[in-house]
Amino acid sequence: MTDDDRVFKALADPSRRFLLDLLFARDGRTLTELESELEMTRFGVAKHLRVLEEAGLVVVRRSGREKLHFLNPIPIRQIHDRWIDKFTEQHVTALIDLKHTLEES
Amino acid sequence: MSDTKVFRIWIKAPADKIWTAITDPEWTAKYAYAAPQFYELKKGGRFYSTATEEMKAYAAAGGFELPETIIDGEVLEAEPPRRLVQTWRMLMDPSTAVEPFTTLTYEIEDSGPGVCRVTITHELTGAPAHSAMVSGSPDAGAEGGGGWAWVLSDLKSLLETGKVMAGS
Repeated sequence: MTDDDRVFKALADPSRRFLLDLLFARDGRTLTELESELEMTRFGVAKHLRVLEEAGLVVVRRSGREKLHFLNPIPIRQIHDRWIDKFTEQHVTALIDLKHTLEES
Repeated sequence: MSDTKVFRIWIKAPADKIWTAITDPEWTAKYAYAAPQFYELKKGGRFYSTATEEMKAYAAAGGFELPETIIDGEVLEAEPPRRLVQTWRMLMDPSTAVEPFTTLTYEIEDSGPGVCRVTITHELTGAPAHSAMVSGSPDAGAEGGGGWAWVLSDLKSLLETGKVMAGS
């Protein structure tokens, strides 16, 4: 799998997109904090976080005993530069298209 | 609420080349904001970055004057080519100049054959204006508002292709 494949695959799941939204709203959360926002087992959430981490969308940092999850905006930025800029003239239009695509999928 | 922001990118280049591109003013003048960054690479060493002519012209056109030193700080740890920890404060904007120093960590790790993983961890306690600056603008057209994501993407472009994104 290429880096792009991993990012698209990670973004293809609604629970994983929801986890990214949660981290966008407030960064640096523990598994326990994230788990409380989803109707899913701890194991399930950990598995999704692992996929996000492998795609580079989430970075885990240790802070004392805790493992904190941070959103890494760079892969999405790269997808944007590679796939969105190329096919559209106007950035604003591109972002709206992306929003619609993500909302429909 | 966490005051830390993390940015990570994979670059196909050896660690020492990435280290040089981050710490050598001749390299830092080539990509992203193109402002040269000067490091005294030892604990307690000085760090600063100076305004480019373009930045000065841009500021003058907007009716304000830029200080000669636009970013300053101190080196806390320098372990070439793996780890650089420093304090970091932007002086070019009045909103950031009054904030306390932030702490910036660069980590360069081998990730696969010929590939390094570069992670910036920026601790921004008590520095909301810095935080907004380095996070970048939500407007994708605003190149100068790209923050760390833009800087690292441009560093990757330069090291992998020999070309920068800016002005291309």
